[in-house]
Amino acid sequence: MRTIKFLSMLATASLLFVSCSDDDDPEVVNEEETITTMTVTLIPVGGGDTVTLQTQDLDGDGPAAPTVSVSGPLAGNTTYGGAILLLDETDTPPENITEEVAEEDDEHQFFFQTTGSINGVTYGDFDGDGNPLGITFGLETATAGAASLTITLRHEPKKPNDGTLADAGGETDIAQTFNLTVQ
Amino acid sequence: MRSLFFILFCFLVVVIAKGQSVCDAKIEGKISDYHSKTPLGNATIEVLDKSITVYSDTQGSFEITNLCPGTYDLAISHPECSDTMISVRLDTYKNLTIKLEHHLEELSEVDVVGKVAKTTNSAQELALRQQTLEEYSSGTLADALATINGVSTLNTGATIVKPIIHGLSGSRILILNNGVRMQDMEWGDEHAPNVDINSVDRIAVIKGAAALQYGGDAIGGVIVMKPQLLAAKDTLFGQTMFTGMTNGQGGNANTEITKVFKNGLFLKAQGSYKQLGDQEAPDYVLSNTGMNEIAGTLHLGKKEFTWGWDAQYSYYEAEIGILRASHIGNVDDLIRSINSGSPNVINSFTYDIQNPKQQVTHHLAKGSFYKRFEGLGKLNLQYDFQQNNRLEFDVRRGGRGDRAALDLQLTTHSLLADFVYDAPKRFSGHFGMMGRYQNNFANPDTGVRRLIPDYDKYDLGVFAIGEYELSDTWKADGGLRYDFTQIDAKKFYRSSRWEERGYDSEFEDLVIDNLGTQLLVNPVLDYHNFSASTGVRYQPTNERSFRLNYSLSQRAPNPAELFSDGLHHSAARIELGDLRIGNETSHKLSASYQHDFKKGGFLVEPYINRIQDFILLEPTGVEFSIRGAFPVWAYRQTNASLIGLDASGYYTYSNHLTSNHQFSIVKGRDSGLDIPLVNMPSARMENQLTYSQPKWNNFELSLRSEYVFRQNEFPENIMVFSPQQQEEVLLEVNTPPDAYHVMGLNARAVFELHKKLKLTTSLTINNALNTTYREYLNRQRFFADDLGRNIILQLKLNY
Repeated sequence: MRTIKFLSMLATASLLFVSCSDDDDPEVVNEEETITTMTVTLIPVGGGDTVTLQTQDLDGDGPAAPTVSVSGPLAGNTTYGGAILLLDETDTPPENITEEVAEEDDEHQFFFQTTGSINGVTYGDFDGDGNPLGITFGLETATAGAASLTITLRHEPKKPNDGTLADAGGETDIAQTFNLTVQ
Repeated sequence: MRSLFFILFCFLVVVIAKGQSVCDAKIEGKISDYHSKTPLGNATIEVLDKSITVYSDTQGSFEITNLCPGTYDLAISHPECSDTMISVRLDTYKNLTIKLEHHLEELSEVDVVGKVAKTTNSAQELALRQQTLEEYSSGTLADALATINGVSTLNTGATIVKPIIHGLSGSRILILNNGVRMQDMEWGDEHAPNVDINSVDRIAVIKGAAALQYGGDAIGGVIVMKPQLLAAKDTLFGQTMFTGMTNGQGGNANTEITKVFKNGLFLKAQGSYKQLGDQEAPDYVLSNTGMNEIAGTLHLGKKEFTWGWDAQYSYYEAEIGILRASHIGNVDDLIRSINSGSPNVINSFTYDIQNPKQQVTHHLAKGSFYKRFEGLGKLNLQYDFQQNNRLEFDVRRGGRGDRAALDLQLTTHSLLADFVYDAPKRFSGHFGMMGRYQNNFANPDTGVRRLIPDYDKYDLGVFAIGEYELSDTWKADGGLRYDFTQIDAKKFYRSSRWEERGYDSEFEDLVIDNLGTQLLVNPVLDYHNFSASTGVRYQPTNERSFRLNYSLSQRAPNPAELFSDGLHHSAARIELGDLRIGNETSHKLSASYQHDFKKGGFLVEPYINRIQDFILLEPTGVEFSIRGAFPVWAYRQTNASLIGLDASGYYTYSNHLTSNHQFSIVKGRDSGLDIPLVNMPSARMENQLTYSQPKWNNFELSLRSEYVFRQNEFPENIMVFSPQQQEEVLLEVNTPPDAYHVMGLNARAVFELHKKLKLTTSLTINNALNTTYREYLNRQRFFADDLGRNIILQLKLNY
């Protein structure tokens, strides 16, 4: 008797469990932390043509490679004021990720590596502890020739660091190289 | 020579005389078959808690002498019978007549004392000693299992540990928890079995797919965990254990209590809690490797010979930190980690667990019932329910760290019915069927695209197994099983991925919604799996046995192999499943030969496993994103072969000194491309020397040495473009670390504090020499060294 009671309890319980499945379609997820686009605006100090560098990867970790564009050549022996804008264009309207980076300035840093006709890059902004951030920066070109600029954004790097990627550690959120011409 | 005998003789006389002067009570008995009344020779009679074991002679008779008056529990086992426990009150002499069921049952007959268990007749099968389980009370299940020769581990640090059997892990291994097949997302490399080792009383490992009653897809093997055997008498007993360890500066507490009534009704409650802070390598703290775990089991039932039932509820919850330095952003970060030799984040010790971390919860509820029909056999019915919830937290931007990046809930219901037909003397049959429904729900609130989609899965299985006694020494077995699996999934694909995979031409009809950049797809995939097993066992004497087994098993692909689609942070790679993947088929031939001599013995277990359409993950190319270049690892099917050997032996030098030796090796090859398989365990050798002195409170001291060879067979490394170095660089993800040797020490003693209160103390030192090493099958070997010295003190109270 006890057995029958037990078995019937079991059967009832299993029915209860099975009956609560549903057939609704799942909700779509738009990746929230994706950075699809980095636009670097270089404005020459004292006038001249603005140069825009852009890398855009609309499918994030998907198979499509980013599209990289450089609007034109840089002028030689010129100092440019640089500013970086990060967007997530999978959202409509596009979300401004630069704001998130600026808010968490102690956890982020841009790194600039150059080759060829660029004399150097200087940081234009700093976090609350006085360590470099790099949303704005200055770039000084040398005489005419080829050049490259690699911009890397690290999340949670060691701060302060010696300015090299190796020392900073952390996770790379962006790493993009732009091939440039200095005239 | 004669004088030596004389000395030995005197010694024996002294020992016996000494024994007699204190205790000279005696148990005599005869063991016979319940049905035919024929005497049963070679039965093992063990006096529990006394380390006395005797065997019955050919007439079924046995005697145990030199016992003190008191109450004893005897465990009687025979290779072809179900185990029996009886309680004996002894004054000076007792004569017993014990009747055993002369039929093979399921696992209730695992011989806890012996080395060879017997769920199967002809497969390679070994049992884990209860003492080993207790030693690993503060460790993981897989670490304890790895003491069995042929079993190794796949680690993510020291706290996420998966068992590997004969080179295979994950979905190729079934874990049975008191008859319930664990459904805890075993397809992930970073998903450890959600089982508290303290809730387990007995474990047997079947190295292959021969145990068809549990499933046909155990290409690697089956781990069978069983509750304690309880004698039907009025008792109340319990055990409480405290373990503290220096590495991680934590430990665990476990307590359990069992009440048994004379009528076979029993109730057991068990609970444990574990907490560890950051663990340490010899030279630095492994930041964010702390964990905590809470688990409990309530088990009640009634066990009679003719019928019985059993109900169980288990809860498991763990929060596990993942080494902070192993969270990386792109290939350059991985190269930097591999080259630098030390983790890039080393903080001071803390108990706090930060992101990245996992939180897993597992509920298991089970009810089963059995009834024995006279002259026919035994019917078992079982229903089980499992719910597994996995939350993974990542290092995230914009204050999203508190939101899980992965949130999966896997719910499983299973119904099983089986019948053991054991009426004939020389034949036994086992038939059964299984129905299972599983639902996976991937919570969209994570803000991260789903790694594994929502799906419903249906399984149906039927099996028949038979065993036939050809003669007193030969026994043959054979079995067949069929399983049907249907996966009905709803997954969002990026349109670009859908096209890149070529699905747009092949599976266009599966698309049910087009959202522009993403497609909602509804694949319904069917798999038919056939499995079979057959073998023989030849056992001319109790000291010698030979087993030969052939198993055919088929496995349907798991959700990761079908649906993976995204970036894996700790590996800096994109992992891609494939909807076109079909089932894999394994043919495994295994043999084992065991021979025990007077003073020693050995066991040799060779095997060969040829797998058609073996599913593996391998690098296929590179994809670029704004974060840089990532190697793409895609699941692919190929033919593979695994050949290996497990060999072990022991030798008794004297009553006090014994040594144990183990060696295992496996060679895995992708025979399609003729290259080595990735992640094959290295050859390893373990040697242990044990000194025991029962007179000193059962004192035991053992010295352990483990030598792990370098894995010299591995697939080639891959070239990948480094944004930082602006060139193609070699990514040494496959290069194995060097060989290593670690030493360990264990000392234990038992103190009778009171008549019914026993204290067992044990001191273990792992990696006693604080050796710096990295293990090939630890996924964190790219980032940090393995654990340094760990001193573990354990106190166990039995009452």
